Amino acid sequence: MQSDDFSNPGMLWVARGEKLWMTPAGGSGKSCATCHTEASQGMKGVATRYPAMDPGSARLVNIEGRINLCRARHQQVEAFQYESEELLALTAYVAHQSRGMPVKIEIDAQNRRHFDRGRDLYNRRIGQMNLSCAQCHDQNWGKKLLTDTISQGHGNAYPIYRLEWQNAGSLHRRFRNCLYGVRAELLPAGSAEFLDLELFLAWRARGLPLETPGVRR
Amino acid sequence: MRVRVPVWCAWFVVMTGCAAAPPGPLVSYRIESDAINQPLAAPGDAARGRDVLMGRESNCLLCHAVPETGARFMGNIAPSLSGVAGRLSEGQLRLRIVDLARLNRDTVMPSYYRTEGLSRVAPAYRGKPILSAQQIEDVVAYLRTLQ
Repeated sequence: MQSDDFSNPGMLWVARGEKLWMTPAGGSGKSCATCHTEASQGMKGVATRYPAMDPGSARLVNIEGRINLCRARHQQVEAFQYESEELLALTAYVAHQSRGMPVKIEIDAQNRRHFDRGRDLYNRRIGQMNLSCAQCHDQNWGKKLLTDTISQGHGNAYPIYRLEWQNAGSLHRRFRNCLYGVRAELLPAGSAEFLDLELFLAWRARGLPLETPGVRR
Repeated sequence: MRVRVPVWCAWFVVMTGCAAAPPGPLVSYRIESDAINQPLAAPGDAARGRDVLMGRESNCLLCHAVPETGARFMGNIAPSLSGVAGRLSEGQLRLRIVDLARLNRDTVMPSYYRTEGLSRVAPAYRGKPILSAQQIEDVVAYLRTLQ
């Protein structure tokens, strides 16, 4: 389903993202294409390096965050809501330009602090069920949780179309599903802790090809 | 026939009916070797225990196969509990449900009767064990039937 673009439902979000890429927004009258021109050129390989440090704010940002920074700085328009159709579509479109390219994250002095925090969260037992990400996705992947095969917990296909959701969704939405499952406090999508975790997962997935838009059960 | 129930009893049911277990201090217990030999509550009921084991509060079948239940779908993360009464005593079963981490710190098995030493527990579950003392006795009673 994922490998055939005509049957992959995620391609609907990619197509919508392409339209948004061309559409002027905000006081600037600029579209993404005004500065970046052809996404197939300018955006190729970009998603393999995200999440990345934003030099302007010294903050860690993912593709979603980068799109919203561009909207604020260059288009003078309000941010898209996290998990909105527009942000999912543009993120899918941008990440799609790197499909097939290997994840290429390097840990350096700038992002080390975020990486360490992300790794800590991944390995920390949380919630009433007292489980860490690692206990399922490192130590028990491939086994059955009731009927579901436990994945290796890679984020290299996001945003994905998830059959369970009957919709496209972000990696952070998927994080929230796991937190709910272990009965832990839910963090908001786009939160600093989720970004740290996303960085750790990207590092852990380095070398794997980007698959956006992935299709999952 | 009409059964008269004290008002405070109805209040208790309303206040605790929607939660897995009433908040408040847990029943204390003593670990002897790898077992808790004294029951935590009234004698368990095996039929109720089967319902608890198959239900969404305990989620036992997410990880364990228990073919004797007749359930269609069961996980395989943890050992099958088929015939477990032939391998573990009542007291050993009780400790393994209450807090297996006492025997194996790194176990993937949640501690079903523990509220301390946990982090970031969702507000709806904070301060509450996964199962009540009575539910644990019921599950132990059911597992003891799996010869």
